[in-house]
Amino acid sequence: MRPGVLEHGYGVGPKLLFRLIRLMSGRPAPDAAKLTFYRPDFYGTHMKTFTQEAMRGRSTWSVGDRELMAAYVSKVNDSPFCVGAHTATATRAYQDGERVAAVLADLDSATIEEGLRATLGMLGKLTSEGTLNADDIRAVLSAGVSRQQIGDALAVGFAFNTTDRLANAFAFQVLSQEGFEAGAKYLLKRGYR
Amino acid sequence: MPAESEKRSIHHLLVDRILQGPGRAPADQRARAFDNANLPEPLGPLLDKVATKSAQVTDADFATAMEAGFTDDQLFELVICAAVGESTRQYEAGLAALAEAIADTEAG
Repeated sequence: MRPGVLEHGYGVGPKLLFRLIRLMSGRPAPDAAKLTFYRPDFYGTHMKTFTQEAMRGRSTWSVGDRELMAAYVSKVNDSPFCVGAHTATATRAYQDGERVAAVLADLDSATIEEGLRATLGMLGKLTSEGTLNADDIRAVLSAGVSRQQIGDALAVGFAFNTTDRLANAFAFQVLSQEGFEAGAKYLLKRGYR
Repeated sequence: MPAESEKRSIHHLLVDRILQGPGRAPADQRARAFDNANLPEPLGPLLDKVATKSAQVTDADFATAMEAGFTDDQLFELVICAAVGESTRQYEAGLAALAEAIADTEAG
């Protein structure tokens, strides 16, 4: 990671935790996790709380749907670490890698529910163009998505529009496929706390 | 608290903390990074890329800012402010569009 303080600037507690993670999992802690332990009072504590609420809190979107939204937003942001992490997590949550791969390859032709397609399209537009208008929202409502579900999806968008930028700017190390799968298992078991 | 209000509340806490709380970078620089506006020259290339094309950030962008005297901790804060600022503008634009669409539906 860059700048160097994100590699070497951790206190005793986080260093012990990272050592424990390596001991238990056989892998170093991923950079996404390490970042939240650097001066957590500034960013990590609040961001983990928000992301946990968006990704694992009450919602009529399934965990798989929300992980797919995270992967899709990350693809639009061209964030290789986050695409890998959330593709693996969505795949594991759905137990359906073809569904996830189809959405990431071509949203329009993927075999998914129309409400989910419209919501992913909305998030894609917001991510690439930076804004939405009321007509964009009406199109999603017309596809049968509720007001609450749109709000929930926008929160996923905020979480990953932030994390993708930080993953790219701080140069998170892209993991092996096995590393992403281990991370997915952890995220589905423990969430983002 | 309803889930939506809870998320908005946590979002506000995050934004308040990074902009108003103690930091190694001055609060006015954090605000400029958040707004992606009026950035001093050595920070401009790095923070504008974080906001608008983060995949293009390079080591050279960090080196330029560090050569101008910015520390690792200051850049940690300013990059976070730039990322959260752009994401916040998007989040708020989405929520405003949602509110407008719902208001029209209810009025109609």
